[in-house]
Amino acid sequence: MNSFSTFSDLIAVAEQQQKSVADMMVDYEVQKQQMNKEQVWQGMDGCLTVMMEAVQKGKNSREKSVSGMVGGNAARFGDYMKGSGILGPTAQKAMCYALAVSEVNAAMGRIVASPTAGSCGILPGAILAAGEALSCTREQLVAGLFTAAGVGLVINEHASLAGALGGCQAECGSAAAMAAAAVVEMAGGTPRQAGQALALAFKNLLGLVCDPVAGLVEVPCVKRNAFGAVHALVAAEMALSGIESVIPPDEVITASYEIGCLLPKSLRETSEAGLAKTPTGQAIEAKLHGQNSL
Amino acid sequence: MKSVFDIIGPIMIGPSSSHTAGAARIGKLARAILGEAPTQATVKLHGSFAQTYLGHGTDKAIVAGLLGFSADDERIPEALTLAAQAGLAIEFVKADLGDVHPNTACIEMVGQSGRKAQVMGSSIGGGSVLITKINGYDVELTGEYATLITIHEDKPGIVALVTHILAQEAVNVAFMRVSRQERGAEALLILEADEPISHHAYELVAHLPKVKVAMLVSPI
Repeated sequence: MNSFSTFSDLIAVAEQQQKSVADMMVDYEVQKQQMNKEQVWQGMDGCLTVMMEAVQKGKNSREKSVSGMVGGNAARFGDYMKGSGILGPTAQKAMCYALAVSEVNAAMGRIVASPTAGSCGILPGAILAAGEALSCTREQLVAGLFTAAGVGLVINEHASLAGALGGCQAECGSAAAMAAAAVVEMAGGTPRQAGQALALAFKNLLGLVCDPVAGLVEVPCVKRNAFGAVHALVAAEMALSGIESVIPPDEVITASYEIGCLLPKSLRETSEAGLAKTPTGQAIEAKLHGQNSL
Repeated sequence: MKSVFDIIGPIMIGPSSSHTAGAARIGKLARAILGEAPTQATVKLHGSFAQTYLGHGTDKAIVAGLLGFSADDERIPEALTLAAQAGLAIEFVKADLGDVHPNTACIEMVGQSGRKAQVMGSSIGGGSVLITKINGYDVELTGEYATLITIHEDKPGIVALVTHILAQEAVNVAFMRVSRQERGAEALLILEADEPISHHAYELVAHLPKVKVAMLVSPI
């Protein structure tokens, strides 16, 4: 099996064998699971289907979450997009799709944790919007998910993908880094450019805290997914233009781990500080827990 | 290193891999350990599960699991109604289960034949779970492997007989753990295997003289 622990390992082998990161990850999974390529590909293709279904469901739904805090904003944004807007259609689609998937998640719909449920809108938002702009085939979209998985595996190996361990940088930061690398390869960029996109996207979300109101995956999570999807596209475009991160991808990943360790526990998914403890956050918590406690 | 599907995945019902998807898996494993459809269940919720279970649908997810649904089943939001229709009476209790993981539930069940089981499990992140107690015995069970569980007399040779049966069936043992409450009384064996364990092997184990109860749990 091609061994890699760091992203620089992954890039070195990819360049040597003239493969994409996506190809490398398909090979990796084939060896790891002792399955054939078709089975591994079908598994990821199934994930893409669930992502697309969640986008469609979320765009057309005005359903609220169980708590009533979130829901209906993807549809609202879809109406707004029919006008001209400011950012242009690809960024707007990324926002809308990310909101849609994240709202489906909050309303107990079916999603793909990518890497987590709290950050499940970023990757589909970015790759589906970019895929439309780039006229990607379904195969290219599935390959993008494999690229994203490669980034996530390296982050998981050296840092964390869990908000409880690393704050929201570990969830939404990782998701944006994964999406940025995926979009680069979908656009025909090199593995090195994918690594640069990973670094650029992740760097700008380092230190992001996890402070969900009332302990629920809703506020600020849902809207943060929309920001994360566009964030990934910004990083991808920078990398595709040839802009490089001064700090290499693996060092950014290590920094995310160190920053996660330094974050106080109160800002790591415990809802003991930050937005969760604002007057409004506390009022919502009191209302939900007061009414619904056992 | 993990699988790509640990990163892109699991496919699940939202909103939380630990509070919803993991909770559903704990419920489904509990049902598998009971070995039949439960008709009554008391669910004790501890820590973060107790604090935020309603917003995360943890209650619905556990009940869905008890009904045999998987973590990606779109019927999870309607699980409480479906349980009532299926004749499953559920009670939720907020509990301090001691020095355990913050996302822990203890489920006491009565099955349709009157069989009882008590299963405690923790949702340890990303939809992964760990069953930590079965009927008061300390265990470590992930649900990711084909698992054989026996409750048997704590006498020499039983474990060897069980592993011999599996060896004959060409089943490779991945993990095994034996625990007991006191020497010479009753013991519990948990065996996780790489290959599926056939019904034939299960029957042979279940009919061993000193084995009181045998349970076969498929990967969940």
